[in-house]
Amino acid sequence: MALTRDEVAHVAELARLSLGPEEIDRFTRQLNDILAYVRKLAEVDTRETPPMAHVVPVATPFREDRVEAGLPRDLALDNAPAREEGAFVVPRVI
Amino acid sequence: MAEELCRLSLSEVSSLLARRRVSPVELTEAYLHRIAARDGDLNAYITVDEAGALAQAREAEARLARGEGGPLTGAPLALKDLLATHGLRTTCASRILENFVPPYDATVCARLRREGAVFLGKVNMDEFAMGSSTEHSAFGPTRNPWNRECIPGGSSGGSAAAVAADLCAAALGSDTGGSIRQPASHCGVVGLKPTYGRVSRFGLVAYASSLDQIGPLTKTVRDAALLLNAIAGHDPRDSTSLLAPAPDYLAALGRDLAGLKVGVPREYFGEGVDPDVEAAVKAALNTLAGLGADLVEVSLPHTAYAVAVYYVVAMAEASSNLARYDGVKYGFRGPAGNLREMYAQTRTRGFGEEVRRRIMLGTYTLSAGYYDAYYRKASQVRTLIRRDFEAAFQRCAVLAAPVAPTPAFRLEEKLDDPLTMYLSDIFTISVNLAGIPGISVPCGFSAAGLPIGLQILGPPLGEPQIFTVAHAFEQATDHHRRRPEF
Repeated sequence: MALTRDEVAHVAELARLSLGPEEIDRFTRQLNDILAYVRKLAEVDTRETPPMAHVVPVATPFREDRVEAGLPRDLALDNAPAREEGAFVVPRVI
Repeated sequence: MAEELCRLSLSEVSSLLARRRVSPVELTEAYLHRIAARDGDLNAYITVDEAGALAQAREAEARLARGEGGPLTGAPLALKDLLATHGLRTTCASRILENFVPPYDATVCARLRREGAVFLGKVNMDEFAMGSSTEHSAFGPTRNPWNRECIPGGSSGGSAAAVAADLCAAALGSDTGGSIRQPASHCGVVGLKPTYGRVSRFGLVAYASSLDQIGPLTKTVRDAALLLNAIAGHDPRDSTSLLAPAPDYLAALGRDLAGLKVGVPREYFGEGVDPDVEAAVKAALNTLAGLGADLVEVSLPHTAYAVAVYYVVAMAEASSNLARYDGVKYGFRGPAGNLREMYAQTRTRGFGEEVRRRIMLGTYTLSAGYYDAYYRKASQVRTLIRRDFEAAFQRCAVLAAPVAPTPAFRLEEKLDDPLTMYLSDIFTISVNLAGIPGISVPCGFSAAGLPIGLQILGPPLGEPQIFTVAHAFEQATDHHRRRPEF
């Protein structure tokens, strides 16, 4: 069940990372080491065990539907790499 | 005089401030001076906020003069650089957030500000809290004040080093798999990871949201209780923060240990544990027994699977949390002609190698066809790890164990071997998976003179009994009084 170089390149694409050939080689090796280690989980019998995503049994907390001050637009835009006329600017999409 | 001021504990500082024996401005200047003179050797701070700290100190002075101060008014603190500070750069030790100036405070920072605390600055860490050595920082590694050839631990290595080297009175860090307790152990200070949900995560830059928790790194157990008093409690802005009211943690100090059951998990000793660590922790257990505690052997049978579970769960959550760094709303933007390229260039150039590696692993284990084999399986074993602790706490009030299998390792020793680095977290990781609280207190030194920590764990919301035991141990020993020659 070893991860191939092509699969690593595909995962990088999914994660929007642009990796060079050397890094793909290195990650292929390292991810396989880590996954081989992780596969020891297969030894554990979990047929009767429910998964736990979270330690606190969280019920959706409700609050009053009341308008509160949000982040003003100028402040929200302050950290933007590019802005124009009160909006974030990105390269053209189409 | 100024140097001696910096050596005081937070509680001592608090008492001097309250009695107006020292002014917050004088104290803050003493720390700023020491940081300027000495931090070049450690690199604990990423950002020192001289002007902001002095302004806060002057405000604290006015408040104390009016008789309106609290225990933290005027206390100079350091904050891990993943806690949002209004108007003060918060980098997460990453190029991608190098110039990010939050327009709001994390809840913990807002609470400390209301108390009149002084923020000296933001301290170093592994990028996005991903690491055990503070070597994965875009701002260079932090060094251990006990031996500058060694790592301070991580990811809250800047917090631990700053406290140990008297570059702040106390600090906040965060702990996802041991990131408060392990550096506290390696730097000879006290570090507490509270129960999951005890402290609000609002404004904490997310790494693995089901595991992350903010907590204090301090010179004494009393200091940790004092700081937890200020930051614990429900926050409507964090839906996972617990509704249970936070008690006065200082009230847990000074209680007797007679008849208290201390569990010793057998899986935390033996193979892989450095002999100096094992000897120091066993001596600590004897000290606890001498104080009247009953030692009982317990078993946490799924301990051997904790690292595997953690690296599936944490990296899955990380890959999802870090999807937000796209170069659009804040942070670094990579050069590109079209949007897709912009995302890739931003993320590839903005994130360091360890972060990229974890995003890759998380993306893979969550991807179609692999989810059941990895994420679901790990979440099931996580249930078993939690049940191990539930069973153990039926038999004892707290557990006592090592924090890390070895003292601080040397810089670059494990940098090329991520799996070995991950395995150094073996004794701290289960605690995050189970959501329980744990503290590290100094319990001795290796032959090479490096500090060793004792870990005391409690059931959910068991911070009071952890403080009781940690404080009794600290008062019976003098490890915490030994300071680095720095």
